[in-house]
Amino acid sequence: MLKINDINVYYGAIHALKGISLFVNEGEIVTLIGANGAGKSTTLRTISGLLSPKTGSIEFMGKNIAGLKAHDIVREGISQVPEGRRIFAEMTVQENLDLGAFIRTDKEGIEEDLKNVFGRFPRLLERKDQLAGTLSGGEQQMLAMGRALMSRPKLLLLDEPSMGLAPLFIREIFSIIKDINETGTTVLLVEQNANMALSVANRAYVLETGRITVTGDAKELSKSEEIKKAYLGG
Amino acid sequence: MDFSQQFFQQMINGISLGSIYALIALGYTMIYGIIKLINFAHGDIYMVGAYIGFFAITQAQIHIFPAILISMVVTGILGILVERLAYKPLRHAPRISVLITAIGVSFFLEYTSMYFVSPTPRTFPAMLGGVSIHVGELVINGQQLTILGVTILLMAILTYVVQKTKIGKAMRAASFDTETAELMGVNADRVISFTFCIGSALAAAAGVMVGMYYNSIDPLMGIMPGLKAFVAAVLGGIGILPGAVVGGLILGIIEALVSGFISSTFRDAAAFAILILVLLIKPSGIFGKNTREKV
Ligand SMILES: Nc1ncnc2c1ncn2[C@@H]1O[C@H](COP(=O)(O)OP(=O)(O)OP(=O)(O)O)[C@@H](O)[C@H]1O
Ligand SMILES: [Mg+2]
Repeated sequence: MLKINDINVYYGAIHALKGISLFVNEGEIVTLIGANGAGKSTTLRTISGLLSPKTGSIEFMGKNIAGLKAHDIVREGISQVPEGRRIFAEMTVQENLDLGAFIRTDKEGIEEDLKNVFGRFPRLLERKDQLAGTLSGGEQQMLAMGRALMSRPKLLLLDEPSMGLAPLFIREIFSIIKDINETGTTVLLVEQNANMALSVANRAYVLETGRITVTGDAKELSKSEEIKKAYLGG
Repeated sequence: MDFSQQFFQQMINGISLGSIYALIALGYTMIYGIIKLINFAHGDIYMVGAYIGFFAITQAQIHIFPAILISMVVTGILGILVERLAYKPLRHAPRISVLITAIGVSFFLEYTSMYFVSPTPRTFPAMLGGVSIHVGELVINGQQLTILGVTILLMAILTYVVQKTKIGKAMRAASFDTETAELMGVNADRVISFTFCIGSALAAAAGVMVGMYYNSIDPLMGIMPGLKAFVAAVLGGIGILPGAVVGGLILGIIEALVSGFISSTFRDAAAFAILILVLLIKPSGIFGKNTREKV
């Protein structure tokens, strides 16, 4: 479904991604783990078109999308929940969700997906006319996910959905991610919480200072001594 | 006339003048909201709007209302062109470069206009002279009624567009966080064009009505109201739409009261005294939150 081939991404003189290749198959949850500054967000931002690779290609559903504008890439079926949630704090919950469906014109489909989002996140329904900035951190994460789902993406990119959340809430979020995947959305998940990420993912990539160093089956990686030492705290 | 009558009469004058400031200030604040640019050419857009209205009325012999509409459309397109040609190429340039460019655009519009329409002031045809409302001894004349009516109508439309329509939501989203709006599928360039179009059209309406109110227009007429509307936008809280309206009205009323009760030579000083006071007391303006600059 998604195939990244040897991309190099720069911030001015900073070489942030040094020849990364990865792929995601339809129906999978793939996770990208790595330390702070490894280049995880940069990878997702490049897929979404907020950054463009200097060299290399990004193929999505057989089409090269490298170099397309961000607002066009979401139309191809890729939606992102950005790091730090980035909800529109001064707009209501409902308006945030409306914006998630910005690219769509099928009124009934949007209504249906809105119902699904409220079904998945009942707290958002209770707070739909509230300003998004007044939500708690966990609720904001739900809103950011709901907003991304409103475009009815084929591929959902999640950038550290567990950031800053209490352990109980993290569990909830991950079970929702699994559920979203089971209802037909492919997921590329960036996480610092490698333990949780590996427990829900099919496959994983480990990113270190702009390079992919390890890749493989998520279950196997979670048993690997090397990974345990570096990312799983022991 | 006793004191209270004179006071209310000045209030009426002030609200009329303030409506004009508010219409111009809305453009300042919308454009600032979305690209963080103080568009110093905005007062000159208003001047061009006044001339387009003038020529529509004198050459095409049409009434004030269709003239306002025509001027809004043409000036709206001019706003889009200015943004596309002058500001868009500088989207990733340092803010100071864009600001200097805005000053350049301002001079360009002023002196190009002088070339085409000559620097001599033009006399705006008298309109709506016969119409007026009397409330006791107070008089609201036809021009003032037009200004109030048109301003209220335009603000109602603007509120609807910004609050309820898809493009309005896209505009608010892009003002708040352009990048994330792009992730939603919002084409930020298109939203910016739209914002310039609306802001310029509002200024054009103000320009035509000022021509009608003061009977005289000239190519440098935009400078002072441009600065005043900027003060109004800052007073209300730059980037905040209701702030621009309230700021404009307060400024207009204060100016009218100062020229009515003290001396009209002080009215410009009053406006800038307000700016200094706002910057000292609450730099974020009446409606502004004390947030730090967004990164
Ligand atoms: N806007 C930017 N300008 C310059 N350098 C940047 C910018 N954004 C990221 N970088 C650099 O690129 C590298 C990768 O950053 P990135 O944000 O992708 O890391 P990350 O893996 O997502 O880290 P974290 O887990 O902390 O979110 C870092 O060295 C970072 O300093
Ligand atoms: Mg990151």
